[in-house]
Amino acid sequence: MFSLEGLTNFIHEWLNGHLPATFALLVEFVIVGVAAIGLFAVLGLGLVWMERKVAAVMQIRLGPNRLGPKGIFQTSADTVKLIMKEALTPSNADKFLFNLAPFIVIIVAMLILVPIAFARNFQIWDINIGVLYVTAVSSLSVIGILMAGWSSGNKYSLLGAMRSGAQIVSYELSAGLSIISIIVLTGSLKISDIVASQENGWWIFKGHIPAIIAFVIFIIAATAETNRAPFDLAEAESELTAGFHTEYGGMKFALFFLSEYINIFIVCAICATLFLGGWMPFHIGSWTAFNHIMDYIPSSIWFFGKTIFLIFVIMWFRWTFPRLRVDQLLNLEWKYLLPISMFNVLLMTLMAIMGWHF
Amino acid sequence: MNASVIIFYCIAAFILITGLLAVMGRKIFRSAIALLFSLTGIAGLYFWMDVNFIAAVQIIVYVGGIVVLIIFSIFLTQRSGEEMPKPLMKRTIFSVLAVLSGLGLTCNLINQYGFGSSSNQSAAFKADVADIGTQMLSTTEHGFVLPFELVSILLLAALIGCIVIAMKVKHEEK
Repeated sequence: MFSLEGLTNFIHEWLNGHLPATFALLVEFVIVGVAAIGLFAVLGLGLVWMERKVAAVMQIRLGPNRLGPKGIFQTSADTVKLIMKEALTPSNADKFLFNLAPFIVIIVAMLILVPIAFARNFQIWDINIGVLYVTAVSSLSVIGILMAGWSSGNKYSLLGAMRSGAQIVSYELSAGLSIISIIVLTGSLKISDIVASQENGWWIFKGHIPAIIAFVIFIIAATAETNRAPFDLAEAESELTAGFHTEYGGMKFALFFLSEYINIFIVCAICATLFLGGWMPFHIGSWTAFNHIMDYIPSSIWFFGKTIFLIFVIMWFRWTFPRLRVDQLLNLEWKYLLPISMFNVLLMTLMAIMGWHF
Repeated sequence: MNASVIIFYCIAAFILITGLLAVMGRKIFRSAIALLFSLTGIAGLYFWMDVNFIAAVQIIVYVGGIVVLIIFSIFLTQRSGEEMPKPLMKRTIFSVLAVLSGLGLTCNLINQYGFGSSSNQSAAFKADVADIGTQMLSTTEHGFVLPFELVSILLLAALIGCIVIAMKVKHEEK
């Protein structure tokens, strides 16, 4: 049966057999880095194409359909166009920070990839604080956005960056609280422990109503944190041209664009890990035969299937809801989501103490 | 000299250089960004020491919280993009003196402390999240439940104070 675990073990043993330990580790670093960049490229191309196709279906039109079957090479052609374009730096900008900002955003996205379990035993670093690490590092990405907005020397960019910053900082709270409510059930921050705890059913089914509330809040907060519609007022075209990346062009713009899709992938992967069992196949309690049949589907397919389903849901939001105003956005977070999620954590704790979950 | 030591010196140099940039820069936003890198470097040092929880908290509190606050307040000030005027000579001399005496004090303290050999200390050093959590809330002899609760009351007071300051008072029209 196809498994990514065998591949990594094979590479690890082969390298350690042929090289001294330090060099083998270095070569592994390089391989992981190249694999992460490769994943980024594939995700960028794939998700942009998927977004355009989903948008087309929602609006009863065809979407990209000229290049390749179903227009699948359209995004590659777009990328080539973006590489060929000149990357301008406006004369009013703080040049160093202006050029640094897109890289900060991309590097942060790459750092968050570290603890995510893509398949059974296929993970870069099974760090002890897994989920906390993700929430910590993702708070860095707002810096890149603020940096881009300020250094452009443009008031639209500055306003977009401030909106985006306020939005990310406030929605991080309810995202964090809904993560905590699942941590209460698992009793561990480690990603592998969280996935292992869902062996007899995913938390969204085992955790009753509090888990479902936490799931819904997490999806809303994730949509807001990635600055996507209906929370895309950081780049509201009709008000702010394009928000914090107004002045960027060519490949530097492409990096921001890419990081947006990478971030969607990451939050959906975290959501899938916490609520839908990560790479864990669909198991029901003690139905051994059924569970065994489900195990025949490789774990990587389960993980990517769940993640892509959640990405589809977030794309679905974009074409369904109108954009919120700033005051509505802040009201939603501070007056509704935050109290609900705080109460939800208490409810979840009570449930975990009384042992009401399965 | 093994790879671990080389990495330590790289991180330390990064922290020091960005820290210096934060103090010496004359553009306030650039200083804030340099401070950010310096604090991230310290988090990197914690990761190097294998105290992951402290590293994550360092990032959340200092980088995600304090530096973002600093940047927001820079955004709200006037003409934040322009170079600041050169500091007075007298101030420069005195701040250098203050830094040097601080450095001397720290070096002196480190010398007097007399660290044990690093090998037997690292074996006893355990910093799991679960351990930190239990220690924080235990009421036994070396538990930290009293300071923990005191700090939470302090934070609560600070929160309420912030709300009181930020509250909009409605002026009734006469």
